[in-house]
Amino acid sequence: MAMAASEIEALIKAALPDARVTVEDLAGDGDHYAATVVSEAFRGLSRVRQHQVVYAALRGRMGGELHALALQTSTPD
Amino acid sequence: MADIHSRIQGEIDQNPVMLYMKGTPMFPQCGFSARVVQILTHMGVPFNSANVLEDMELREGIKDFSNWPTIPQLYVKGEFVGGCDIVTEMFQSGELETLLAEKGVGQKTGA
Repeated sequence: MAMAASEIEALIKAALPDARVTVEDLAGDGDHYAATVVSEAFRGLSRVRQHQVVYAALRGRMGGELHALALQTSTPD
Repeated sequence: MADIHSRIQGEIDQNPVMLYMKGTPMFPQCGFSARVVQILTHMGVPFNSANVLEDMELREGIKDFSNWPTIPQLYVKGEFVGGCDIVTEMFQSGELETLLAEKGVGQKTGA
């Protein structure tokens, strides 16, 4: 059921090649992560839309295999 | 799916602040749901909630409705605001208070 942090990062980068992604395994159980994603692609999008872009990149794993991913999105300064 | 979507639409139209969560405000059954309840309660915002754990059709339907894979989900005046991360971020930055004030669903006046 669990997913590796590297797998999460790879999926996000595949969809958002310019993204700076950091993934932290919060509980050490491969199931509770926090991710920070910084990408130019988020510019002009609402937070909901930004998170939807990341969820789309994870292709359905979020809410399924991946129980908890605390997400923070932003655009580069 | 059409039925559950129209039911959700009806609920978010009728309830100015509507929270879809796991458990109830008194007994949240997930830390993320608990956090959103805590924020709304702290702000003194009256809200209604639905427990998705009691209703499988709702649990799946709500994700499809908003194209959002997780619960909790907060709706204000029929508009999807976000899940736990977004609500927390908006609360910390003061944006949530602004949004609620703009939508006319701020704190209880006590009047």
